[in-house]
Amino acid sequence: MFNKLFKSSKATFQTFNVLYLVLLLGGALYALKKFHNYMDIYEEVILFGSVGFFSWLGWSWNHFKKIMILVFVTSLCAIQLYQGALNNNEQVFLLKYLISSQSAIMWMNVFFVLSLLLYWLGLLKENNLIDDIASSFTSVAVLFGFIGLLVRWYESYLIGLDVGHIPISNLYEVFILFCLITSLLYLFYEEKFNTKKLGAFVLIVINAAVGFILWYTFDRHADGVQPLVPALQSYWMKIHVPANFIGYGSFSLAAMVSVAYLISSKKILTSYLPKSAVLDDLIYKSIAIGFIFFTIATILGAIWAAEAWGGYWSWDPKETWALIVWLNYAAWLHYRIVKGLRGSILAWWALIGLVVTTFAFLGVNMFLSGLHSYGQL
Amino acid sequence: MKSTAINPKKINQLLSSMSFAVSMLVFLGIASIIGTILKQNEPYENYIIKFGQFWFGFFEKIGLYDVYHSIWFLTILLFLVLSTTLCIIKNTPTILKDFLVFKDSLEEKSLLSFSHHLVIKNKKSVNTSKILYYLKEAKFKIKEKSKENGDVLIIAKKGNYQRLGYILTHIGVVVICLGGLLDGNLIFKAQEIFGYKKIETLDLPASKVPEVSRLGISNTSFRANMTLAEGSSDNVAFVRMKDGYLVQDLPFKITLKDFRINHYSTGMPKSFESDLIISDPELSQDITKTISVNHPFTYKGIAIYQSDFQDGGTRLNIKLRSLLNPGNSQKIEGKIFDKVKLDKDQITYEFNDFKKFNVLHLKEGEKEKPRNVGPSVTYKVRNNAGQAREYLTYQYAMPIDGRSFFISGMRETPQEEFKYLKIPADAKGSIEEFMLFKDALQNKTLIEAVAKKMANQSASEDKNNEVKESFEKSVIKLMILFAQGGFSKIAENVDKNIPDNEKQKAVQTYLKIIDIASSEIYKDRLNLPNKELNQSRIIFIQDALNAYSDMFFYGVPYYFELISYEQKEASGLQLTKSPGQFWVYLGSLSLVLGIFSMIYLHERKLWLLIKAKGGVILALSSNRKNIDFENDFRKLIQEIKKIIH
Ligand code: HEM
Repeated sequence: MFNKLFKSSKATFQTFNVLYLVLLLGGALYALKKFHNYMDIYEEVILFGSVGFFSWLGWSWNHFKKIMILVFVTSLCAIQLYQGALNNNEQVFLLKYLISSQSAIMWMNVFFVLSLLLYWLGLLKENNLIDDIASSFTSVAVLFGFIGLLVRWYESYLIGLDVGHIPISNLYEVFILFCLITSLLYLFYEEKFNTKKLGAFVLIVINAAVGFILWYTFDRHADGVQPLVPALQSYWMKIHVPANFIGYGSFSLAAMVSVAYLISSKKILTSYLPKSAVLDDLIYKSIAIGFIFFTIATILGAIWAAEAWGGYWSWDPKETWALIVWLNYAAWLHYRIVKGLRGSILAWWALIGLVVTTFAFLGVNMFLSGLHSYGQL
Repeated sequence: MKSTAINPKKINQLLSSMSFAVSMLVFLGIASIIGTILKQNEPYENYIIKFGQFWFGFFEKIGLYDVYHSIWFLTILLFLVLSTTLCIIKNTPTILKDFLVFKDSLEEKSLLSFSHHLVIKNKKSVNTSKILYYLKEAKFKIKEKSKENGDVLIIAKKGNYQRLGYILTHIGVVVICLGGLLDGNLIFKAQEIFGYKKIETLDLPASKVPEVSRLGISNTSFRANMTLAEGSSDNVAFVRMKDGYLVQDLPFKITLKDFRINHYSTGMPKSFESDLIISDPELSQDITKTISVNHPFTYKGIAIYQSDFQDGGTRLNIKLRSLLNPGNSQKIEGKIFDKVKLDKDQITYEFNDFKKFNVLHLKEGEKEKPRNVGPSVTYKVRNNAGQAREYLTYQYAMPIDGRSFFISGMRETPQEEFKYLKIPADAKGSIEEFMLFKDALQNKTLIEAVAKKMANQSASEDKNNEVKESFEKSVIKLMILFAQGGFSKIAENVDKNIPDNEKQKAVQTYLKIIDIASSEIYKDRLNLPNKELNQSRIIFIQDALNAYSDMFFYGVPYYFELISYEQKEASGLQLTKSPGQFWVYLGSLSLVLGIFSMIYLHERKLWLLIKAKGGVILALSSNRKNIDFENDFRKLIQEIKKIIH
């Protein structure tokens, strides 16, 4: 029942594609018309660049397109309901309980937790129906997460015109981004390899991030929108950060599939999990994607640093750790491709890679100080 | 003896091997980790404090304070470049050949030796054009060759650029590293080793720095800093290096017209902007330009960035209110980075920093927004023996726990946290009432009068004159003791003179007397005789007594009251010339394109031998034999079979 929502018949396929493009392009043109006074040329390029990127993603992956259409429509509804007054998030029922950014993000958290539980239930009971529901729940969580971020973007402008900015600027926000990107990558491969068994593993990292979001919200009260410090006020942020998180997300995915691989090679759940050749291929593919995006992100970071700090490379701890992560995966790829290495060693290595990546992402902010100390724990 | 001749071929093999490259990557990684764990380029004193003299010297020798510019780090980088270059040289010929040539010399036997091949037997009159059409549709590039024996060999290739990806990627790495080295300080390092240049370690004005520590206008690559106060100009910048610096001469002069910080409504900084005037003798007119974070300006290949800011010599009007001598206050004028000596007290005020905005989190841990509490001054007070304490004083009272306090912090060494003196502000938000009260506490006549009054009040119950007098005397004694040293003086006294088992009771009594006496003193000074004090006044008195007691640990006999100021800021600029930047970007582009094509293009090579005698042999190969390859092979033989049958 749930995944019917996300399955389409061929007849509607083309209509959807057209509708999708119209929606994206129309939105971008409307934004350009209404806000061009506030945008510089780079931001306009990014705007239409993202229309291209999202169209391409949507056309090559139908499921993504449907999620995005729902996201856009719902977010527009939310914006309509706000009527330009922030305190409507307490007054209007739909906003308060469903689609204000805070509520949407909470729903995202709820659905992620539920899908983790269901995936495990499905795995242990070896039941495909439960897996299907779990997978749909992940989609729903992604839906809510994107709505939450988009509405938060709008809300930030309601707080103050000079405060408003894209919600990828502090740890709270990027953790949400991390959850979304990792889930999308996973959902993509789930569909492509027709296996819902890996959700039980992948959802573990996602739920770790959910735990962090909850802790940040309830214990630290750090979920508010903060204005941007001068160094972050740059269009580069809009591409540097997402590219980075596609990298982090893919590396996490690779690590969690490696866990599945290692378990399967210990003759546990072997018959139920995908074949080890499939797992191995999946690990390679997601590290490869991650490597590309991480490379791009690091280069973009360097270009940005050249503009903000006066040098494309300053050996700042965050930069240096990005390099370490990069070198690690470069070595991984070489061992696999040039030496033809396969099997448990690479899986363990991918898992250790996640530890290194996590340190680059969080540890640097916690333990080392530097120019990048924007999101302090 | 056998000579151990070095075999260049072997060395080449080693250097271009992947294991060698990967070990270089690992070394690079480890070195980088060291550099992030040990804070780089700190002032050398910090390292001495941290490691002690012996280890400090050792770590200095092996370049741990600037890992990324140390000889060994650069050597690793050079080896990586070398190994990657050799690797490219080794692999490129094969790759180019693969890319350009259709291998049409293969015979039936070699096709059969491919791991992925298919043999269709005894099929006559194969429709070649249909196969060719299919292959074209599937985006193969095709070459046909008829053999002497009538066989036809179709050679088809796809995803050919994947092979070029290797070259692009690895050349990218080499170009990036070389670009980076171009911007590093290799040239200076060489000059330093041969004694042409030397790092200056003395604190000299730029014009006095000798030639050997100056970098000329012609220097091709540098990253230097410059601090300009508003209204001032300069044509040199400083390159910090190890425990000293070098002076970088600039081909133009920069003047700072104005520096601004804009703020959000929360008090957080929103932008840092400098209005610059650039005067170049080669130009008839000056260039005016505003730079800000993320918006640098480049002139003559030198990019000028907004990097930080500091005080540029703000003028301060200060009232020093004596804490120990009633009514005694004096006005002084100062300037940040200047000193003022008070001859009478044998102390010197050294003004270090002024901040116009201080955004503080006043309630810790709670969901309270940080707020701007206004200006502050940091200064040192040095005595004649040369010892100094550091102070941080805010101009205005700030709300803490629902009350309002003037805050002034003191510490003896920079490693310590500040300890704060909290003086309660009165209802008007001023410090006057505390000062009035403090003076009154030190006023002996007033103390005597209050003591008398208290004695009389208590005497109505107890008519004994002697008791009354002794009570009066002890109140006076207690209050004078308090006036001389606050609560700790009282505690000291109790410790010395009262037996252990009575201490607690005595302390309670004393505190009560001090409470009553100070209330009386307070009422007297504020003309509130015989009135019941309201709650906020009672709390004020408590806070004032605490502040009065803490005063004795404050270390300087004056309260520093900032009356007014005339702010002057200085902008921190960074100037860089980096000819390598272009190459780094170019290499990056090559790297990204290369990785993309290596990972996303799938190279496929196909041979189809259509035999004149009937039958077809098909073989598929790729440099990556993975699941995708298997799928492609399966699909291909399906289609070909369909066409042929
Ligand atoms: C920091 C240095 C290097 C980086 C970033 C780098 C990067 C890469 C990347 C991204 C790939 C493609 C992996 C894939 O297709 O999934 C690759 C492949 C390869 N690299 Fe490197 N590489 C470096 C140094 C070297 C060195 C020094 C050698 C030589 C010993 C080398 C030899 C190779 C070879 C032979 C391939 C496989 C090419 C093919 O079969 O298509 N690499 N490298």
